[in-house]
Amino acid sequence: MNRVEVEKKVLNENQLLAEQLRRRYREHGLFCVNLISAPGSGKTLLLERTLERMRDTPLAVLTGDLQTENDAIRLARFGYPVKQIITGGTCHLDAKMIGKHLDDWDLAKLDLLIVENVGNLVCPSSYDLGEDCKVVLLSTTEGEDKPLKYPSIFAKAELMLLTKIDLLPYVPFNPDLARENARRVHPQIEIIDISSTTGAGLDLWLSWLQRRIQSKSKPSSIQAKE
Amino acid sequence: MHELGIAASILDCVRTEAERHPGSHIGTVGIRLGEISGVDADALRFGFECLVKDTDLEPLALDIEAVPRVQRCSQCGNEFRMTEYDPRCPACGEFMTQCVSGDQLDIAYMEVDE
Repeated sequence: MNRVEVEKKVLNENQLLAEQLRRRYREHGLFCVNLISAPGSGKTLLLERTLERMRDTPLAVLTGDLQTENDAIRLARFGYPVKQIITGGTCHLDAKMIGKHLDDWDLAKLDLLIVENVGNLVCPSSYDLGEDCKVVLLSTTEGEDKPLKYPSIFAKAELMLLTKIDLLPYVPFNPDLARENARRVHPQIEIIDISSTTGAGLDLWLSWLQRRIQSKSKPSSIQAKE
Repeated sequence: MHELGIAASILDCVRTEAERHPGSHIGTVGIRLGEISGVDADALRFGFECLVKDTDLEPLALDIEAVPRVQRCSQCGNEFRMTEYDPRCPACGEFMTQCVSGDQLDIAYMEVDE
């Protein structure tokens, strides 16, 4: 019996593809965000409100679901390039699926790529898509203890959007407890309260996005400044 | 629920390693599984056994080393095992500690029968 040290990631192949994507995004000064939540937390409605308001930002959206083009149809109304990734049963997006769907887009012309992951709090957290950061959504119709029950994604997300806050008067949800739980799992996590229905918190989310986009400015604009 | 895919990725690595040792058999693959990797060890074992059964990879054992979550204190540098979702540094009480270990999903070793 001979023990061979291997030392590589189980998802090595995905990791390599994700690093290639990350390099491409960096070359083009493109900021990529990976939106993750349970089904029904409000990812698609938030994106509709986001696209409505980001009129001057060149962006594109990849949206993942097990079946149907419904989300892509909803999001295409805003005139931005949108593609549906139908996973056909797979519970998460991986780097290969992303790469395949970017083929006919000119990344040099984009400042922002939004990836709407498959509704699932578990599996998407294991797959690096080459994104700059993960953003997790938790809605007020879920439990405050979701961050404790699904710590992996809350530990990896830079920002938590507490969605559907317009429903707070009607649901037995304690937002302070939810925020405390998220910070217990990830002390540095940023949190924005938001309602896609009333528009509360949307400005904060949009300026968060704009700040992140600007921090990854285009190589050409860097040259221009020099 | 993605453990079957993870098991398939482990077996891909086993096959790649097996090609480097022609004429021998890999008896064990050892992985490190972090506490917050998002992968369930029992589901992974189940998926692994299903995929190995009745293939040329048999007999192949899966050795899972569970890796606990470790936080580092931003104030005093203390590293400690995080339990009960309490990120506070036991040495100085600082809340803003950072996760430095626990998301591993790595292949550590394989045992090759020459």
